[in-house]
Amino acid sequence: MTHSVIKLPASQEDHRIARMAAFAIGLSLAEAALPSPLPGIKPGLANIITLLVLQRFGWRAAAWVSLLRVMAGSLLLGTFLTPGFVLSFSGALISLLVLGAACKLPSDTFGPVTHSILAAFAHIAAQLGVVYFWLIPHAGVLYLAPVFAAAALLFGIVNGLIAVRLLDEPRHPPLPIQT
Amino acid sequence: MNRGLKAGDWLAILAGMMLVAYLFLTFWGGSKGTSLIIRSGGKIVEETDLTRNRNFEISGPLGTTLITVENHRVRVASDPSPRQYCVKQGWISRAGEAALCLPNQVSVELLGAARHYDSLSY
Repeated sequence: MTHSVIKLPASQEDHRIARMAAFAIGLSLAEAALPSPLPGIKPGLANIITLLVLQRFGWRAAAWVSLLRVMAGSLLLGTFLTPGFVLSFSGALISLLVLGAACKLPSDTFGPVTHSILAAFAHIAAQLGVVYFWLIPHAGVLYLAPVFAAAALLFGIVNGLIAVRLLDEPRHPPLPIQT
Repeated sequence: MNRGLKAGDWLAILAGMMLVAYLFLTFWGGSKGTSLIIRSGGKIVEETDLTRNRNFEISGPLGTTLITVENHRVRVASDPSPRQYCVKQGWISRAGEAALCLPNQVSVELLGAARHYDSLSY
């Protein structure tokens, strides 16, 4: 009898993406424990990881990390395929598309803070869109848009600054590369 | 290498602030009122638009409340209520705003083209 062994070779990049996604998932879980003044207003700390990966390893890796984080994070929190998951997923997806475009901006003028702000706005715009067109088709939802946008701007700036700070420390890499 | 805030980042922050301000003005600023409803004792006694400058004298249990319409805004010019809250409120011009003179049971409410949602109608 022969055992058929299916071996999936994991490349260096696979390991790296998995490690980064694990960091991001950890941050999402920690954040889920924080109380929020209004449902939907969260710092989005996991996006710091997405920004770092985008800066260091490019958009493809960032997309992997971000979507893996949404998937695995929702499985761990038990929100997989719930409306909350759809919100996270749509937000992450649109953010990634915007980040893909934002990467094309000249990097000597626009840094991670710009990326972060753009991604945060894209995130909240996508979520409000989903809520408005799918969950609660009522104009009252848009009444909250300014609050969400203000939070997106604030956390976008903060997350961007944290990402810049982390990227600035080459001697103490926050995400040690080892296997 | 300092990779802090670059010129473009400041630009992005500025643009973001402008967007947030725009959203606040659009969704929270409210639209101009176009017509007014005056109630006395809960019953509508006047319903008109704001295009003409005019005065209304509404009588309630305490006396006469004088309501003035001027330049597309409205105020309670005088009222017999002891605390004068509705008079001190001054001019109101946005849709959904209202001045209530409770002791005299007179109120004036502004309506816009589209009715705004408040905690009651929501």
